[in-house]
Amino acid sequence: MSLLKVTDLHVNYGGIDALRGISFEVEEGEIVTLIGANGAGKSTTLRTICGLVRSSSGRIVYDGRDITSQNTQRIVSEGIALVPEGRRVFDNLTVKENLQIGAYLRKDKNSIESDIEHVYTLFPRLKERNWQKAGTLSGGEQQMLAVGRAMMTRPRILMMDEPSLGLAPLIVKDIFSIIRQLNQTGMTILLIEQNANAALRCAHHAYVLETGRITMSGTGEELLADKRVQDAYLGTK
Amino acid sequence: MKKQPLWKTLCCVAGVAIIFFLAWLAEETQGASSMLVTVLKKGAVYALIAVSMNLLNGFTGLFSLGQAGFMLVGAYTYAVLTIPLAKRQAVYQYYAGGCITVEVNFIVALVLAGVVAAIFAALIGLPVLRLKSDYLAIATLGFAEIIRAIVQWDSLGPITNGSNLLKTYPTFKTVMSGSTVLFPFIVSGICIGIILLLINSTYGRAFKAIRDDEIAAEAMGINLFHHKQMSFVISSFFAGVGGALLAMYQGSLQANAFKSSMTYEILLIVVIGGMGSVSGSVIASFLFIACSEWWLRFLDNVTYINDFQVPLLGSGFRMVVFSVVIMIVVLFFRQGLMGDRELWNLKIPKRKAKQEVTKA
Repeated sequence: MSLLKVTDLHVNYGGIDALRGISFEVEEGEIVTLIGANGAGKSTTLRTICGLVRSSSGRIVYDGRDITSQNTQRIVSEGIALVPEGRRVFDNLTVKENLQIGAYLRKDKNSIESDIEHVYTLFPRLKERNWQKAGTLSGGEQQMLAVGRAMMTRPRILMMDEPSLGLAPLIVKDIFSIIRQLNQTGMTILLIEQNANAALRCAHHAYVLETGRITMSGTGEELLADKRVQDAYLGTK
Repeated sequence: MKKQPLWKTLCCVAGVAIIFFLAWLAEETQGASSMLVTVLKKGAVYALIAVSMNLLNGFTGLFSLGQAGFMLVGAYTYAVLTIPLAKRQAVYQYYAGGCITVEVNFIVALVLAGVVAAIFAALIGLPVLRLKSDYLAIATLGFAEIIRAIVQWDSLGPITNGSNLLKTYPTFKTVMSGSTVLFPFIVSGICIGIILLLINSTYGRAFKAIRDDEIAAEAMGINLFHHKQMSFVISSFFAGVGGALLAMYQGSLQANAFKSSMTYEILLIVVIGGMGSVSGSVIASFLFIACSEWWLRFLDNVTYINDFQVPLLGSGFRMVVFSVVIMIVVLFFRQGLMGDRELWNLKIPKRKAKQEVTKA
């Protein structure tokens, strides 16, 4: 049974059909990526899964339970975390406070400190910046913080919205190696990317999203080798 | 929450004790009706109100302009409930002694003043807090004006005494024998202490997260409406208590005084002190009150030097100066006095022996 299963999801956004019936699955322990151009509906998909946007029809099943149109608090506390597009760290809070906000819904207050330490071992750079305001961090550090903040909810599935957006090529490489590293420790990841090349290289499964529909799917290697994907998203011609 | 070292806590306690002692000393040496003592009393009241507004505007990022309305509710609740029964006939002379026949202790009335203001806030918050920034400001400003009109409404006269004065309720002069200045300091001190504890709690952190980025806060599972409502209600509670203290300070009460210009005065204090700094609001309150009541009084008086009339000085000029000040602050010193730092967190800037070069 897959950890997350989306079936025939429709979303209507202010009169525009942002999603027109998409279906995909995420297996536990996998990296699954959705690629596609601007406006294809990638972000809408993630926002709908974590309850920030209401779907007009379709089903989202997580770990055997229907979570369609549940509220966000419920979904987050059940183990789905979102790393939002453009990082969106809390600029005027310190790095540590940002991480504490991530643990906001958790009841097990005692293990929060040790989880913060865990995030700091993943991202030693953040530990150096412990008392610094998040707004003063570099783009790459902010992305690490956004990932760390999401990790603080103790998710079973981490959804990342364009983690490489607006970052220098070297940092993009770091971010993707972090994604692989997280996955190797057992984290399931649903990744959205415009950087199709890098995303497909690390993904177990991938789906291509075009104007609200899924037009192609397969393993990461299959899509990398596909002529149409190469022409449209990899720019190899 | 970060554990404060013991010496820091002791320093804070000692600091507060010294301030209280100095306030008491000022009254002992200068007399209760001196300018200094007046400024201290009113400053303490305004400090509480400014901090309550800062909780909403500076810490939660909700731009609300309803403060005067909640102060009015608090002030009236306090006054109506504490006027001695024997004196009601005289106070409510146009309404046959009024229709309220209970008299409660002034401490209970202070708490009730906050509670009633909070209830109003909870009801208004339901529709209003779904609005974004400027619309929220307009809606809350509208509420404050409406509540002022309602209180002055003749049909409510038996309760509110219409547009006539409420008086003879307990004031700073009567509630504490020997000192008029300690009572506002104690009440404001306790209330500001509670607000500080709230700001440093998990809830406070959630407020600040909402201020910084609503979408990210929501994605972390913070219920936006619930927290905004909470901040709004708590802020209004303390605005209500502050309004009651203001009524105690004035000694008589009339709805007409709680105009929107009062909200702007408080907003000015919050901006000058720094959005998101409790100590900034407190310092700015005393400075503002000292300026408006004392140091800048001369601006309102027509002054002659020999036969020469000093230009511009005259009734109303003080407000012109304040308007210019707020423009200068907003344009050039947006951080205000303290920015979002606190007095007890100020660090003496240390010169680091060459910052480590970090590759970003």
